Amino acid sequence: MRMLNRWLVLALHALACTSLLAAPFIPASDDEVLETLPEVRDATLTMLKREQSALRARPGELALASAFARRAIAAARASGDPRYLGQARAALAPWWSAGEAPPVALLLRATVKQSLHDFPGALADLDRLLAIAPGDAQARLTRATVRNVLGRHADALADCDALPRDTPPLVVTACRADAASRAGRARTAYDVLARGLADSRADASLRAWASTIAGEIAARLDAADAAERQFRLSLALDAGDPYTLGAYADFLLDRGRRREAVALLARHTRNDALLLRYVIALRDVDTAAFERHRVELAARVDASRRRGDGVHLREEARYALDIERDPEAALALARANWNVQREPADVRVLAEAARAAGDAGAMRIVSDWTTATGLEDTRVAALLKGGA
Amino acid sequence: MNARFALLLLAFLGLPAFAHKASDAYLTIEQHADAADVRLDVALRDLDAAIGLDADGDGAITWRELRASHEAIAQYVMTRLSLSAGGQACALRAVDHRVDRHTDGAYAVVRLAARCAEAPALAIDYRLMFDTDATHRGLVRYVAAGGATKSIVLSADAPHASLAVHTGVVEQARAYVLQGAHHIAEGADHLLFLVSLLLPAVVVRRGRQWAPVASFRDAFVDAAKIVTAFTLAHSITLTLAVLDVVTLPSRLVESAIALSVVLAALNNLRPVVRNARVGAAFAFGLVHGFGFAGALGELGLPDDALVLSLASFNVGVELAQLALVAAFLPVAFALRATAAYRRIALSGGSAAIVAVGALWFVERTFDVPLALAFAAR
Repeated sequence: MRMLNRWLVLALHALACTSLLAAPFIPASDDEVLETLPEVRDATLTMLKREQSALRARPGELALASAFARRAIAAARASGDPRYLGQARAALAPWWSAGEAPPVALLLRATVKQSLHDFPGALADLDRLLAIAPGDAQARLTRATVRNVLGRHADALADCDALPRDTPPLVVTACRADAASRAGRARTAYDVLARGLADSRADASLRAWASTIAGEIAARLDAADAAERQFRLSLALDAGDPYTLGAYADFLLDRGRRREAVALLARHTRNDALLLRYVIALRDVDTAAFERHRVELAARVDASRRRGDGVHLREEARYALDIERDPEAALALARANWNVQREPADVRVLAEAARAAGDAGAMRIVSDWTTATGLEDTRVAALLKGGA
Repeated sequence: MNARFALLLLAFLGLPAFAHKASDAYLTIEQHADAADVRLDVALRDLDAAIGLDADGDGAITWRELRASHEAIAQYVMTRLSLSAGGQACALRAVDHRVDRHTDGAYAVVRLAARCAEAPALAIDYRLMFDTDATHRGLVRYVAAGGATKSIVLSADAPHASLAVHTGVVEQARAYVLQGAHHIAEGADHLLFLVSLLLPAVVVRRGRQWAPVASFRDAFVDAAKIVTAFTLAHSITLTLAVLDVVTLPSRLVESAIALSVVLAALNNLRPVVRNARVGAAFAFGLVHGFGFAGALGELGLPDDALVLSLASFNVGVELAQLALVAAFLPVAFALRATAAYRRIALSGGSAAIVAVGALWFVERTFDVPLALAFAAR
């Protein structure tokens, strides 16, 4: 049986390799379908495409461009497909590098920059926007997010507090809980947020988002039942959300619940970040599937590295550590990532790579940061103590 | 509430930023002497967004639909992709259309044939997709004629790049030597200036008459002095200009070169600066050096081998000059005593050179194309 498995692995490996090296061809038949466009299955994307052609006829029309950019950003978020982000940026091209841009263009520009991991750029745009429109809730929230990503939790909290009065209470609660939980007040933050969620009659997508934040806080505190409950609640409200799927999968992997992680992600392997977690989960569970998907993942990582924009650094570090098992490379990537973003997940990957590589200097960065911010994360704490 | 906070979730959850592959096109450029083979792989999804492939709007792109778009694809590519060699655009032509599968779907494979000027380095300007997807990238793999490769990434912020590769030292030196020689051989103004200075090398002025020199050695020494002075001078200014220490407007330089041709030839007809041709060679050599710098600038210099390329180019220039001297001097020496040499070659030739130089001077100074534009290349 094991022998058979090994042969299967080899055969599949060979198949995967040849398919990657296949030479260009001329399809056998005129009717052969070469590509299926994603908008086939999605009314929102169909609309997006229509707006794109309208915009092409009238570029530089702000109302049209901002409506399109908004929809494209939402599509990028829902699908995890960066092409939509690129389309949003292209639509905003007339206002992309202008110092003085209309508020709506500044906000959308900042959102795109944030998604492309240009956090300083996003911050500069948001500062400018909030200076002229201090009551813009969307801008406040976005700036709170960016400040959190950069590890400026007190500043983020200040933005949450400055949200206008008519902001839905759950939004304010979640905003504050997210920032406070990264700054030494995780337990209180979780309790307040959980209560807010129970009382809230906000719409499903808002509650799904808030419960994902709650799930992540609970997971860092190693409150397994609470985390499980929140992640499941979130997925019940918004089943396909890639961010929540990834967070929940990480939670399952941390507890050695690999089979459940495999089942959770099996239908989502088109998503690179989820494929990474899927492959990690498959190891020791299904050797043949592991090998097949590992080859696919390697090809995608290679494609992303060739592009060289470094937006994947956190995932790349994890790939180097957990799949390639190359601690030195993983640490270099985790350090590079650390220069860009400083969320709990970034602390975690830096700590893991530092531990695996036996690098005291990098470990020192982690311990200094944890002390300075008051970050509570049981896994990071264990790594700092010398366990794994 | 929903409408106002439609973006909210997006704002809050920063990642995973990119869960799918972003839009990339793959370019392979193989350069041969005066041609290049280009293979461009571009995603059908991207082409559909840019020019529309899905003719029947059913969301599926068939080979029939793609085939029908081949002309449009080639048109799209050729208006947004350009290659150039030595400052001149290559002529691009689409020669083949196929399909290939990448990790994120089907790609159209377009093969292009490029005809380029012969130059050590290609430059590329790439603007596909940027107006539909501003995060698109062109990933270029370049294979130089010598087999060396280079990979670069082109983006909306950096759509232009030089494809100069760090080839072997010998290969690179050879390429620039050839370019230097080429520039002299084709640069009629440099040639005529030198000829003007060399014509009197086989004769000496006796009163108001020209008399043949006694020995070949005398002629050779005279020619060697002139060529050396010229070389020394133009090497100095070429280096200064390439290193950006001194730069002059090219129109001024070109006009001054034309003027140098006129004055050098005039001096043969009515000698003003007697026995001072060496000084003239040096003074005007300084001007010609700036002209060489302009030619070298058009070729593009690799940052990592600036000195080597500069020196090699200069060596090429010298070799071409020596070839001219080697061809000219023995013939001139043999004919030096004849009336034909003095009347036709020396006087007539110089007069003709004055005329040509004067025309160039007018053309270059006042920017008007005259009859002899071809001669100045």
